[in-house]
Amino acid sequence: MIPIDLAIIWAFIIAFAVFVYVVMDGFDLGLGILFPLFPEKRDRDVIMNSVAPVWDGNETWLVLGGGGLMAAFPLAYSVLMPALYTPMIAMLLGLVFRGVAFEFRWRTTKERNKWDIAFAGGSLLATLAQGIALGAILQGIHVSGRHYAGGWWDWLTPFSILTGVALVIGYALLGATWLVMKTEGELRDRAYHLSWMLLLAMLGAIGAVSIATPFLHVQYTQRWFSWPNILLTAPVPVAVAAVTVMLLRSLANKYDYQPFFLTLALFALSYAGLGISMYPYIVPQSITIWQAAAPENSQIFMLFGVAVLIPLILGYTAWAYWVFRGKVRPESGYH
Amino acid sequence: MFEGWDAVVLARAQFAFTMSFHIIFPAFSIGLASYLAVLEALWLATGREVYINLFNYWLKIFAVAFGMGVVSGIVMSYQFGTNWSAFSDKTGPVIGPLMAYEVLTAFFLEAGFLGVMLFGLRRVGPGLHFLATLMVAIGTLISAFWILSANSWMQTPAGHAVNADGQFIAADWLKVIFNPSFPYRLVHMVLAAYLTTALVVGAVGAWHLLRDRHLAGARVMFSMAMWMATLVAPIQILAGDQHGLNTLEHQPVKIMAMEGHFQSHKDGAPLILFGMPNQAAGRVDYAIEVPKLGSVILKHSPDAPMAGLDTVPRENWPPVAITFWSFRIMVGMGLLMLALGLFSLLLRVQGKLYDSRLLHMFAVAMAPAGFIAVLAGWITTETGRQPYTVYGLLRTVESASPLAAPAVASSLIAFIIVYFAVFTAGVIYLLRLMAAPPHPGEQGPSHEVPIRTAGITPAAGAATEGAAR
Repeated sequence: MIPIDLAIIWAFIIAFAVFVYVVMDGFDLGLGILFPLFPEKRDRDVIMNSVAPVWDGNETWLVLGGGGLMAAFPLAYSVLMPALYTPMIAMLLGLVFRGVAFEFRWRTTKERNKWDIAFAGGSLLATLAQGIALGAILQGIHVSGRHYAGGWWDWLTPFSILTGVALVIGYALLGATWLVMKTEGELRDRAYHLSWMLLLAMLGAIGAVSIATPFLHVQYTQRWFSWPNILLTAPVPVAVAAVTVMLLRSLANKYDYQPFFLTLALFALSYAGLGISMYPYIVPQSITIWQAAAPENSQIFMLFGVAVLIPLILGYTAWAYWVFRGKVRPESGYH
Repeated sequence: MFEGWDAVVLARAQFAFTMSFHIIFPAFSIGLASYLAVLEALWLATGREVYINLFNYWLKIFAVAFGMGVVSGIVMSYQFGTNWSAFSDKTGPVIGPLMAYEVLTAFFLEAGFLGVMLFGLRRVGPGLHFLATLMVAIGTLISAFWILSANSWMQTPAGHAVNADGQFIAADWLKVIFNPSFPYRLVHMVLAAYLTTALVVGAVGAWHLLRDRHLAGARVMFSMAMWMATLVAPIQILAGDQHGLNTLEHQPVKIMAMEGHFQSHKDGAPLILFGMPNQAAGRVDYAIEVPKLGSVILKHSPDAPMAGLDTVPRENWPPVAITFWSFRIMVGMGLLMLALGLFSLLLRVQGKLYDSRLLHMFAVAMAPAGFIAVLAGWITTETGRQPYTVYGLLRTVESASPLAAPAVASSLIAFIIVYFAVFTAGVIYLLRLMAAPPHPGEQGPSHEVPIRTAGITPAAGAATEGAAR
């Protein structure tokens, strides 16, 4: 019998949950980031309505990421969260503001503008905090014994700011291409225009993060550039180039669906790149996935649930998206 | 603000604050989701328009309350790590999976079907829409199951072992999940959620009856809510009594604090009705007590001996005054609910349910009683568990994150400011929705123009009701 490495399975499950979160909440936070660029109430109503039925499910993946991490890798959860204390709190508060705005802005005329600002500001803050947290993890975290041993400002470096800004650009691009897919007319034209600019900015951001990462740790350099690793890592940038070309073409041809899904492909590749850099660490350079893994019987107990429930969840989530498929029109908004 | 507080006390204050805000919304939405499912089922079964009007009326309220529950809940799922990292490391292998199952079996179910429930009636038709409503209602109950299992394990840990890293691990998952206090806590909390919702629905119905006692929607919701109060309040008091006896068996020190029993009583303990617990002196000042009644209630015998806190080392005492008072507030609310239920039953029998202004005013005044009881009950059980996070096994001071006090203090201030700003607005919007009377042709959260009702009206009974008008 081939021994099954539960820690690796669980690393993939958590990575999957976080990626699904990025796929689903990315565009939805991106819409918030783009909100100030669409000052008309009519446009804002359409933008809100395009995600109102699904945003709650999207954010549930973030809860699964956090809860799953605590359950499957409790040591990593208990080291990372204090290390990322400020960005995490900022993210949570940002999510509070933007989450309530979905309902609140329809319950008031006088204060609607206030909740629109809350939606935009909360989305921006949450995204920036997620990007900063990612950078802070990549650059390494001080650990002593089973505890975080750094200060409460360690997360703040030029690199983490760079990853924060990069994620804002990335989510905004997802939001813009989502609007291309879900809207019509003048709103869609402006979304196209924004997609062009944001794509160029995103390519710049991917380039900057890719160049900066190997300088953080010699391990990252070796992982990407040493022989024979390069045989396995080289396809990633090649694929990024290929997807970029397809994305530019789909924008030039004004396709509806392709830009959004190709942007997701770009995210998937960047995410794979991150995985390549980090593996086998869950807290880079300090704690591996095996060291952080929960005892086997905890991981097995949850594996049954995941095997049955995740396909089910993906099924009914897909149904919910299907029910609200197609273009959102101002006169037939859900709200 | 908060100078001189250490990081652990600040982290506790933060957890208590964010948790107290959070619990209000699920307590309401568990009950409301079930109520909505009942209303939609009645509409489908009878075709009476008043039920779909009420459904749409309460659906708008549900949407706002549920949204607030979601965002305050995401905070909770990360707070274990940010503020209680040592606790997370040690207990993660046991309660982590319970919470992961809550996400997988409950949160996704609620969130996945919520969109269809709120906005999808015209898109999917009544049958599938009812399925969505049912899934959301079931999701809220499953969520209560898992989170109360995790909480109960912290109160009455069972089925676990400890590994070489000092982590709790599960030796028997069934014993972990169905730990000794779990069934009692689950019943007590779900009934509390139902009562809380019933009192809000009843108060809103009564408010509108005070203005127009012939308003159909108000009459239906008021009558339904008063049935709940009449039937569930006595059951809840019995369930609470059983929960108390279970606590006496597994967490006797908590009962000592709830009862204010500093001294042991060899031949029958009194029931202290009121008094001022004095933790430093180890006695209850100005106590008003009924001799022997404490032993009668807890041991069912007037002369049964009962140990007091004098048998427990001081460092293991919970904060007695908070536990003592919050327990009394909860019981007081419960008795008021019982009174409302009985009063409404009396008037119902006399045929004056919709005519008694006194009853309606009583019901309006009872609107917050459920929330107060839920908060007081949680404060009783959580404070009574101190000084431990995992009762008897892991101390609160050993559970906190290695954070500097200023970090925790700043985040606490941020939470206080944001929560008051956001949730005050939310409560105002909720009250505004409730202040508008339910009317015929009530729309859900959808702002669509009222059209094509023919496509969504269930066949049975609709024609007759249409003809009657």
